[in-house]
Amino acid sequence: MKLTGAQALIKSLEMEGVEVMFGLPGGAILPVYDPILGSSIRHVLVRHEQGAGHMAEGYAMVTGRPGVAMVTSGPGATNIVTALSNAYMDSTPLVVITGQVPTASIGTDAFQECDITGVTMGITKHNWLVKTAQDIPETVASAFHVATTGRPGPVLVDVPKDVSFAEMDWHWPPALDLPGFRSPSAPETADVQAAAALVASATRPVIYAGGGILKARAVEELRVLAERTGIPVVTTLMARGAFPDSHPQCLGMPGMHGNYTAVTALQRSDLLIALGTRFDDRVTGRIDAFAPGAKVVHVDIDPAELNKVRRADVAIAADCKLAIGALAATLEGAPAPDLSEWWSQLRRWQEAFPLYYSQSDEPPIKPQMVVEKLRDLSPDDTILVSGVGQHQMWAAQYWRFDHPYSWVNSGGAGTMGFAVPAAIGAKMGRPDRTVWAVDGDGCFQMTAQELVTASAERVPVKVAILNNAYLGMVRQWQEMFYGERYSEVYLSPDLPDYVKWAEAMGCVGLRAESPDEVGTVIEKANAIDDRPVVVDFRTDAFEKVFPMVPAGASNDDIVVHPAQASGR
Amino acid sequence: MSTVRHHILTVHVENKAGVLARVAGLFSRRGFNIFSLAVAPTDDARFSRITIVVDVESAPLEQIVHQLDKLVNVVSISELSPADAVQRELLLATVEASPAERSQVIQLVGVFGGEVLDVGATRLTVMLAGPPEKLDDFERLLETYAVADLQRTGLVALPKIDGRSVRPLREPATA
Ligand SMILES: Cc1ncc(C[n+]2csc(CCOP(=O)(O)OP(=O)(O)O)c2C)c(N)n1
Ligand SMILES: [Mg+2]
Repeated sequence: MKLTGAQALIKSLEMEGVEVMFGLPGGAILPVYDPILGSSIRHVLVRHEQGAGHMAEGYAMVTGRPGVAMVTSGPGATNIVTALSNAYMDSTPLVVITGQVPTASIGTDAFQECDITGVTMGITKHNWLVKTAQDIPETVASAFHVATTGRPGPVLVDVPKDVSFAEMDWHWPPALDLPGFRSPSAPETADVQAAAALVASATRPVIYAGGGILKARAVEELRVLAERTGIPVVTTLMARGAFPDSHPQCLGMPGMHGNYTAVTALQRSDLLIALGTRFDDRVTGRIDAFAPGAKVVHVDIDPAELNKVRRADVAIAADCKLAIGALAATLEGAPAPDLSEWWSQLRRWQEAFPLYYSQSDEPPIKPQMVVEKLRDLSPDDTILVSGVGQHQMWAAQYWRFDHPYSWVNSGGAGTMGFAVPAAIGAKMGRPDRTVWAVDGDGCFQMTAQELVTASAERVPVKVAILNNAYLGMVRQWQEMFYGERYSEVYLSPDLPDYVKWAEAMGCVGLRAESPDEVGTVIEKANAIDDRPVVVDFRTDAFEKVFPMVPAGASNDDIVVHPAQASGR
Repeated sequence: MSTVRHHILTVHVENKAGVLARVAGLFSRRGFNIFSLAVAPTDDARFSRITIVVDVESAPLEQIVHQLDKLVNVVSISELSPADAVQRELLLATVEASPAERSQVIQLVGVFGGEVLDVGATRLTVMLAGPPEKLDDFERLLETYAVADLQRTGLVALPKIDGRSVRPLREPATA
């Protein structure tokens, strides 16, 4: 069967099982937009290509399937670079198709030419510039294989316009030729036994669970391991929901804004069982002061993460699901270590230093209260999405994450503007679930236009803006570390008018100004299911996120809420 | 040159456009230092061999190898310990030499076993192939004359036939 390269591209995506893709057309990708008419794939027309990338990420994070986006050459391609970088940092599988100027024009500074494979080399797992139409099936299949195999991540396929027009002989499935691509899978038995021996002799062990648990679909294996050993579990920002917050062994989130017990448990531990995690600086604080007395068992599917930041006593390059399963199996029947002293210490910390804030009956609304009310008034399996800043940390701290794949945020890159488009992608992946985005006023202004996309496509996401009139996280740093010299962080509470803006974008716009309005407004928003809703919560501009480990400081120097400081 | 800071990596890569940029880009973005890098096709047209002399003080060898291995076009990586490798590098130099000095330079080249490739009225171009340390010595002695131009190729190496075998750090993927 003869197809054009463009037809072969869309057909290859169909063969890969793509149901939804996000994008925006333009000159170089025009031929590929023609066969979208008549394809089984639903194409979502975004208002800015960055939105297409984050939508694809949100979709991938809740479904586990690769997100797909397609954009034109030059500015279309550079607009999606932020999302590629974000997906690279958070190991999210993405396949991004970019149009390119015709092969003969490459290298001539042709109109809308950009060397996008060069630009994205360092922020993709791999990228391809397709040379002939005949290569399209193999390239697309390779792209999906690389994006989803081993440690997931984004890939990019650049398709020159003449390649889209050219004819080819359709064939599927293509043979893959990736002689240099491999990934570990099963752990070595000896390593698992060495890890088990360390577990058996530890007195203050902690399971340090990272986002890899979710990527590996190893939630059940983690639960078995934790319950079999009685070891406490911390879940990093990327792993919220990988182990239920309401489980008695869950200590919650560690890190720069982690809770006191989770942070201090890692610090005082004598054995870190680090699973699918990479000792990010936001978790470790000053690395040479991190968990000084701990031996380390480290499991990661990416061998480059082992011994990169912290030397492991037992380093296991393997799929988390297989490795955790094997470790749990090895420990079956073994007497569980006696951790009673450790647990009483942990419980004392939990009692002395719970998360803390104080809401009066009067305005302003405390942002933490909004998150708590959202949590309590929304369905148990609500998917929570967030932007980047203080609101993100309050969302991560105060939500109760009891289900995996229900928390979508930008961790490694910290990309402001992530929430709105990611929420739309998440809702498209899980239309049966309520999707709430907790966003900052600063973040919202970066990508809010995608709510037009949501309205047009009838994707009823809900956005809670924690409107503190500031680039709050930066304001907090200026208050604490720059002597209250506020430089370029004020935004204003009512410019723009978020309610009017929401309405202009086809959404319902609501507002809450005092604490007693919060619950009612959330209930009103939860009752709307036929269009997006935006709620402008006027929150306390001066609230700070606590606890906090100042940048570059040791986790031992964790700063708790001033109201608790005397207890330390 | 051959201190413990240096390790020789032999990296087989797919012979695809942009592969050198991917390897070089990785070294620069991760802050790994390269002392030299030589690349050429192998007898199998699908692959090239890159010989990289890396500075293991900028990052542990293990980290460099694992990051390299993540490049999809990198097929296999082996480490050659300097003691177990036959190493060669090529040096070309154009030296200013008055007629009086010319014979001294030619003599020096002869002592080292090099060759004179080109002779002009006041300059001559010489060549030396050998282990990097020998080239270092030669270069130092040449500098007593005015060196107008000097170019070294960077190291290439193969395992010694009777030496300890190469340490394959990453095997090629089995199909
Ligand atoms: C694209 C981008 N630019 C800048 C930053 C730096 N930054 C981190 S948090 C933050 C403030 C975010 O403000 P807002 O969305 O209002 O959230 P808040 O902290 O007030 O909750 C800024 C500017 C970033 N993370 N991303
Ligand atoms: Mg704000």
